[in-house]
Amino acid sequence: MVFDGLLVIITLWLAWASLASRDLFRGIVLFIAFGLVLAMIWVRLGAPDVGLAEAAIGAGLTGALLLATWGRLPRPEAAEDVEKPEPTMVYPDRLNEPGIMMRIVVGSALVAVIAAIGWVLLAPAVAPGLTETVGEELAVSGAENPVTAVLLNFRGYDTLLEIAVLTAALVGVWALGPAPKVAHAEPSPVLLGLNATLLPLLVIICAYLLWVGKAYPGGAFQAGAVLAAAGVLLILSGGRPKIPMSLKPLRWAAVVGLAVFLGVALAVMFGGRHFLEYPDGMAGGLILFIEIAATISIAVILALMFVGGRPEDES
Amino acid sequence: MLIDLLSIILIVAGAVFFLAGTVGMLRFPDVYSRLHALTKGDNAGLGLMVIGLALQMESLAVIGKLILIWLLVLLAGATASHLIARSSIKRDIKPWSRK
Repeated sequence: MVFDGLLVIITLWLAWASLASRDLFRGIVLFIAFGLVLAMIWVRLGAPDVGLAEAAIGAGLTGALLLATWGRLPRPEAAEDVEKPEPTMVYPDRLNEPGIMMRIVVGSALVAVIAAIGWVLLAPAVAPGLTETVGEELAVSGAENPVTAVLLNFRGYDTLLEIAVLTAALVGVWALGPAPKVAHAEPSPVLLGLNATLLPLLVIICAYLLWVGKAYPGGAFQAGAVLAAAGVLLILSGGRPKIPMSLKPLRWAAVVGLAVFLGVALAVMFGGRHFLEYPDGMAGGLILFIEIAATISIAVILALMFVGGRPEDES
Repeated sequence: MLIDLLSIILIVAGAVFFLAGTVGMLRFPDVYSRLHALTKGDNAGLGLMVIGLALQMESLAVIGKLILIWLLVLLAGATASHLIARSSIKRDIKPWSRK
């Protein structure tokens, strides 16, 4: 109880500090910390699936994306003054100060939030929601983990749309222009050593998360995020594959998740079923098939977003 | 019973290391000494906590996972610390010294 209350306070404070920070870099670092604390809250709520996804995507990869963006922003006083003085809170004139109405609104909103949190913490029982219905149908869903059953079966279209959003986001990033030319720097041998240990391990963890997703917390998004982290490490250390790589396989890898998901969803309609209504007994296999394709796409999309533009075709 | 006591001692000792590392990061004068305090405190602190927790675990598999976590954090922490120090040196940040 005390620990939960502390988590809530830390989360709210981190969220505020991240938003209010005048230093962008500081804001990003606070945002990453916010994501990690949020992941802990999900675990405390008994939702390790969401906790894993939040830690891997919300804190890890979003943090990496934000930092990469920060690196590309123009900074007027770049490089020479690394030891920047603390930004001082100077209001040039009183006009910049929030008005009394604004203060009242923000103050009441804060009080309302705190009251709501207190009420939730003290409330005796939690409404069961659809837990029972999901439990009853779990046997035919093709997954023993209720979260996977909901994500890939009962509400499969949600996940289908999420993957569509991710794919569209990558198209958007590529449409903005070619990837920035990165100045070639000799990567630290220590980083390369870390890669040699971590990359194989990340691939194993990815496969593990994908496989256990059927019965335990895990699944395509978590597995994809872990694989994407391996990609980001590889990109950061400049250790790209030496073979001439054409863009074609990357393009295919980016869309295969959406294509397979959509293909399965449409193919099952031939038997007179609804969109995404898996045939009896085939749900488990189809879910695994979709998840494998989705993992590949999620990993490739997230890693390519980190590149920050359309990579040059090297074929 | 004795094992519980040992766990408590180890975990509290770990927490002390974390606290020392945090205080060091906040109070030390430059990036290098801060890194030193932070990584040393965290690595030792986490190690003590992992040992303390491992004493409470039933199965060897969980203990193995705990130790794996510790090793991975050691690896990541040491590498990150090295990278920060390396880029600081490249930016000509001089180590602090008592004049």
